[in-house]
Amino acid sequence: MTAEFFGLHGQSWSDVLQLAGHFALLSVLAVGGAITLASEMQRYLVVEHGWIDALQFNASIAIAQAAPGPNILFVALLGWSVAGPAGMLATMAGNMLPSSLITFGVGRLRHARRDALAVQAFSVGLAPLTIGLLVATGWVLALPLVQHPLSMLLVPATIVFMLKTTRSPLWMIALGALAGALGGA
Amino acid sequence: MSAQGRSDAPLRAPRSKTELFVAFTWLALQGFGGVLAVAQRELVERLRWLSKEQFVELLSLSQVLPGPNVINLSLMLGDRHFGWRGALAAAAGMLAVPLLIVLVLAALYVQFSAVPQVAGALRGMGAVAAGLILATALKLAPTLKRNPMGPWPSSAIVAAGALAIGWLRWPLVWVVLALGLSGFAWAWHRLSALRRST
Repeated sequence: MTAEFFGLHGQSWSDVLQLAGHFALLSVLAVGGAITLASEMQRYLVVEHGWIDALQFNASIAIAQAAPGPNILFVALLGWSVAGPAGMLATMAGNMLPSSLITFGVGRLRHARRDALAVQAFSVGLAPLTIGLLVATGWVLALPLVQHPLSMLLVPATIVFMLKTTRSPLWMIALGALAGALGGA
Repeated sequence: MSAQGRSDAPLRAPRSKTELFVAFTWLALQGFGGVLAVAQRELVERLRWLSKEQFVELLSLSQVLPGPNVINLSLMLGDRHFGWRGALAAAAGMLAVPLLIVLVLAALYVQFSAVPQVAGALRGMGAVAAGLILATALKLAPTLKRNPMGPWPSSAIVAAGALAIGWLRWPLVWVVLALGLSGFAWAWHRLSALRRST
């Protein structure tokens, strides 16, 4: 960790502001989670501005996925690789504040009128789509593993573990990491 | 006793903002490759702060609103119990410690990215993450039996959503608009019929 790691990485403060502004704009569009915007973020940071290269971009996503916690943290890493801690604040605040305020407001409104027909139809009508999107996410995550048969075995093994035991999923994560590191998956 | 057995225990509520913060920190720290599967395990099965139905409801809303789903879910759950301070406590729990960890990992990554064992371990963890998400879908699916839309229309929307996003890779906005509106219209129709008959 050099001074460069904590510095502005050669960007100006107006770059940092522009970064926050663009991520704030994206924030309101991030229906279905921030990861759906990754391709647009790639275009903006790598292609349009050249602030980071494509490999740095991919590494940010891979690290955030490997680390515990919400996947949204890849946005923090992107900000950091563009302009250090200030860049991280810019992308995280930009990406989180607008959507969080909307969620906060809508959540309250919905709770206040939870008996209204429209609110109930909304909850009831969207429940199956929610489950369909979960299936899609699991599918998309499993797809790149086709060339690794033992990794593919970990998918049903995890499903059985979750449905049949009450142990923490951390056990399966550890098993997956171990199997992968030993070259078994 | 299977994991589902716990889902029938009586519901509880978080006692304090600190409990919210700690619970969401612990939840986030178990969430490798995404927090959703763990959120269901912790909030529905272990802590009993939400029933399965309430979890699906909050998650549905979190998905159609902009922003990260699990953060939206933590904001609304926190707000419901302790107002905006609760919302902040829950979201901060979800983000603070994981953010520190991810920054340390990013600094380490530069040195170890070329080691094949590291790449293998990441792939193995990715496989487990996929299994966790699919298991969550399977656990929540039984809630559709009690859905007023009826089991067949519900299943059709599940399948259409999974195919459109997972297989065809259509843009999410259009899929959510089309299937969400269809579901909403059909649910409206069924619910108003139910209300008239009672």
